This record gives sequence, C-alpha cells and structure tokens, in this order.
Amino acid sequence: MVDKAAIARQFIEAIPHARALGLKLTSIGNGEAGITMPYSKELVGDPRTGVIHGGAVFAALDTCCGAAVMSHPSAPGGTATIDLRIDYMRAATPGQTITTQATCYHITRNVAFVRATAMDEDEGLPVATAAGSFTVEGL
Amino acid sequence: MARTRPEPVQVVKQRRDAALNAIVDGVPYIRFLDIGFDRRGDELTSVLNFDQKLIGNPLLPALHGGVTAAFLEVTAVITLSWEFLLPKIESGELNASDIADYEKVRFPKTVDFTVDYLRSGLPRDAYARAFISRAGRRYASVRVEAWQDNHAKLFAQASGHFLMPQPNVDGK
Repeated sequence: MVDKAAIARQFIEAIPHARALGLKLTSIGNGEAGITMPYSKELVGDPRTGVIHGGAVFAALDTCCGAAVMSHPSAPGGTATIDLRIDYMRAATPGQTITTQATCYHITRNVAFVRATAMDEDEGLPVATAAGSFTVEGL
Repeated sequence: MARTRPEPVQVVKQRRDAALNAIVDGVPYIRFLDIGFDRRGDELTSVLNFDQKLIGNPLLPALHGGVTAAFLEVTAVITLSWEFLLPKIESGELNASDIADYEKVRFPKTVDFTVDYLRSGLPRDAYARAFISRAGRRYASVRVEAWQDNHAKLFAQASGHFLMPQPNVDGK
C-alpha cells in the first residue's frame, strides 16, 4: 500500500518556493494538513510596521490547501489550484509564526473543495481564511 | 489668460519615478519576489523576474500558485497606491521622501482577494496589470491580469477588494 502522507510530505518539502518561505509541514492525513511559516523580515509588506505581506500568507494557505487535497483518501495523486479566495481579517502580529490549517471537505473525480485558516499566536481571531477548488490528478 | 509653460520632461519624470521608487523600494517582500514596475505615463506594468525559488511544482516545472497570487496582489496594491498618491504628488502636496513617513502616508489594505488560475505559470518572467474598477472613499474594487509570452493568453486573473487609507480624525 502506498503511504500517501509520506508522498505528500516529500512532495511539499521538495517545493522550491515552500523552502524559500521556510514552510514546515506539521500534520497531514485524511484530507487535512497543517503548515507553519516562521516570521521573516524578507516577507514584510510594510517596512514601517513590520507586518507580513498578505501575498506570503496567501502562498502558505495555497500550499496547505494543496497538501490537504493530496492527503485525502480519495485523491489519486497530484493537484493544482483552480481558484482560491482569501479573506484578510487582520494584520498578522510582527515576529509571530503563522500557522495554517486546511481541510479538503469534499472531493469528486475532477474537483476537490478546500477551506483553510491562518492564525498567529493569538488564536482568538484568525489572520485570514481561505476557500478554493483544486484539480484532481493522477500520480 | 496665458497658459503656463509645461514643465520640462526630466522634471516630470524625475518626480514620478522618485515617487514610484519610494512606494516600491521600501517593501522587503517585493524585493524577495524580485518584482519590478514599468511606468508609462500613468500606466503601470509589473514584472516578476523569474528565479528557481518561485517554482511550486518541480516536476512540470511551474510557478507556485502562491507566487502567482502574491504577484497579482502586489500589482493591485501598488497600482491602487500609485493612483491614490499620484495626484497628491503632482499637486506638490506630497514629496517622494514623505512616503516613508507612516504618519503621512498609509497604503490600501486587502480585504479579500480571489485568484483564477487559468493555466500553469511557465518558468520564465511574468507580467501583470491592474485595472481599478472602482475606487471609492472607503473601498476599492480591483481586477488584475497576468500573462507571460503572449498577452492574449492570460495565465491568471484576480479580483479583490481593498480598504482605502482613511484620513485622520483631525482631517489630515
């Protein structure tokens, strides 16, 4: 039997841009994934406040959603984003790691549906939420 | 009434380029992705300079979807900031050096951003342009298009809503 979680982890950690962002896969399996992104000065969007750029949060959420799709028991292998929407609730606190959590809540032969949240150390209110659809592809 | 003489071209160029550089250069994330801006009159085209670290799928290879989204969002925010600040810069209300001052200049904030991935991003430079559908006092609605070799074949498009910088309570 193929260990999908192991394949997904290998796949995520081989992504050049995931490495550039310092993304770490913390949990994966059964259509759910968790990824962290450490604070980095390179990712700052407004140098006067030190807040991380929304685009970096988007990249972390997109990666996390893709990982969730690949870990779904009904997913045959790879995936690509069709559409992803992000709502930004508030600025991420400078200096804090961003934690993303994604759930692939439905999958068909062709499309996977995913939602996700991004948090910093204040878990009371998410930094951002995401919802999107992904392709379902063979290995 | 006599018409005032137009300013010399180098004065206009120098003022506008200095203002655009002040908006873009200070942002570490724009440098991290190596995004540049090409200004022609009031039109901006952003350029994402390809680098290996922008790859999302090493097997194809293709640009990371997050990079594409970030590129489109940067294009939207900078274009919106540029359109918002240019009249103030042209009228002399603001100088390029004022842009670094948090008390004087605020930037639009993203409320939501939706990206449509039309085809995979090839491992080469990409270009994008933002169109402001509406910029009100509080909210702005922006559409962005991105292409690579062929402008007619977009590889991604996006639309988003932004909160415009609000004047301080004392009206500044």
